Amino acid sequence: MSDKNMTLTLRIWRQKDANSKGGFETYTVTDISPDMSFLEMLDVLNDNLTKEGKEPVEFDNDCREGICGMCSLVINGIPHGDQHRTATCQLHMRHFHDGQTITIEPFRAKAFPVVKDLVVDRSAFDRIIAKGGYISVNTGSAQDANNIPISKEAADAAMDSAECIGCGACVAACPNASASLFVSAKISQYTFLPQGQPERYRRVLRMVEQMDAEGFGGCSNHGECEAVCPKGISIANIARMRREYVKASLR
Amino acid sequence: MGKKVIMALAGLFWFLFLLAHLLGNLTIFAGPDALNGYAHKLEGLKALVIAAELFLALALIFHAMYGIIVWWEKWQARPQKYAMYRSKGKPSYQTTSSRTMLYTGIVIFIFVVIHLLNFKFGRFETTTINGQEVRDLFVLVKEVFHQPGYLIFYEVVMILLGFHLRHAFWSAFQSLGWGNQKYTPMLYKLGVLLAIIIAAGFFTIPIYVYLKY
Repeated sequence: MSDKNMTLTLRIWRQKDANSKGGFETYTVTDISPDMSFLEMLDVLNDNLTKEGKEPVEFDNDCREGICGMCSLVINGIPHGDQHRTATCQLHMRHFHDGQTITIEPFRAKAFPVVKDLVVDRSAFDRIIAKGGYISVNTGSAQDANNIPISKEAADAAMDSAECIGCGACVAACPNASASLFVSAKISQYTFLPQGQPERYRRVLRMVEQMDAEGFGGCSNHGECEAVCPKGISIANIARMRREYVKASLR
Repeated sequence: MGKKVIMALAGLFWFLFLLAHLLGNLTIFAGPDALNGYAHKLEGLKALVIAAELFLALALIFHAMYGIIVWWEKWQARPQKYAMYRSKGKPSYQTTSSRTMLYTGIVIFIFVVIHLLNFKFGRFETTTINGQEVRDLFVLVKEVFHQPGYLIFYEVVMILLGFHLRHAFWSAFQSLGWGNQKYTPMLYKLGVLLAIIIAAGFFTIPIYVYLKY
């Protein structure tokens, strides 16, 4: 913790493109305010690099308020850093101290190939969603509101699962690089709702099949995913996915 | 994912076996005759014992096979390792136990083979209890546990077994889809407790035999 501006040493993974080898480069940034976010600190670094005529560090970001799931980074060995239930964009520099060395790596998994520097390709998630992370409804005139009663408990449970922003930190933190938390959250959110029922069993079988095809590892119940999840998605979802899978397989 | 279900069921079956085996072994505290008498009674349930043995052997094969597959997939799934990796701590269940399941598993497998050769397929001696001739397992137990090398090996394996079981119990339920936010923390604690009881139980017997007889 610090309230004075800091000087930091950054060890950052640089990689030209997907086929290059990549390695760590060390940079020093000065006059970093504790009120900055981690991404703003990287902005400062990139400004400096640009002024020096060097290639800035490529990193993913978008909304910078913890809802889009675009930011990533493994910061000192933990995806999204040390703070609980925050994405990298919500991580503030006050959690670091003057003179600290920070190691920054991309999310590492075969299914998340590095595009450049700290940017990884997470389209494997999109392909899993395309296999069943949706509901089918007839278009045309909308039905009356409140036509389908949904209990508060079911709505809450569905929302707890739907909170997943698909950032992929679960994969990054998993010792096996398993995508089980993401996939289970996306399956779970529909199990509580009437709209999710028609495709319920097809959904779990197809999404799990795609998950395996993408080259993610198997789940060994380490539970590290829940700890790093910026939304605190519970591994109870993974247990639910297994119940759904067994039920679907026996049908 | 079906693999995990079979792995969990096989593991739980072995877990039950360990509990039963420990309870049986505890008869040694009541003296040599109690142990030999218990073993003899078990021999009397021949059909049940053979069925259990076959089932255990089958369970062990599947459990080990799927364990190796998960481990292999894990190696495939992250070709480029992290330069720096840390566990974030709670609510993570990642521990030395969970990270070493394959290695403790291999040691336990080797132990099971040696253990069977030593006892089940060991030297056959007889003794008499109440005029009845029964197999004298105790003399074998005594002999084996008086070899310091074997004693140390046995005790080290029992500690590793404790580590294996610590992650195994709750993990099996999670794999079967029986975990939720309310029961998982309880299952985890119960698993740790049972792991300690089983490991400590098996740990004390050789020391007791070594010191007493």
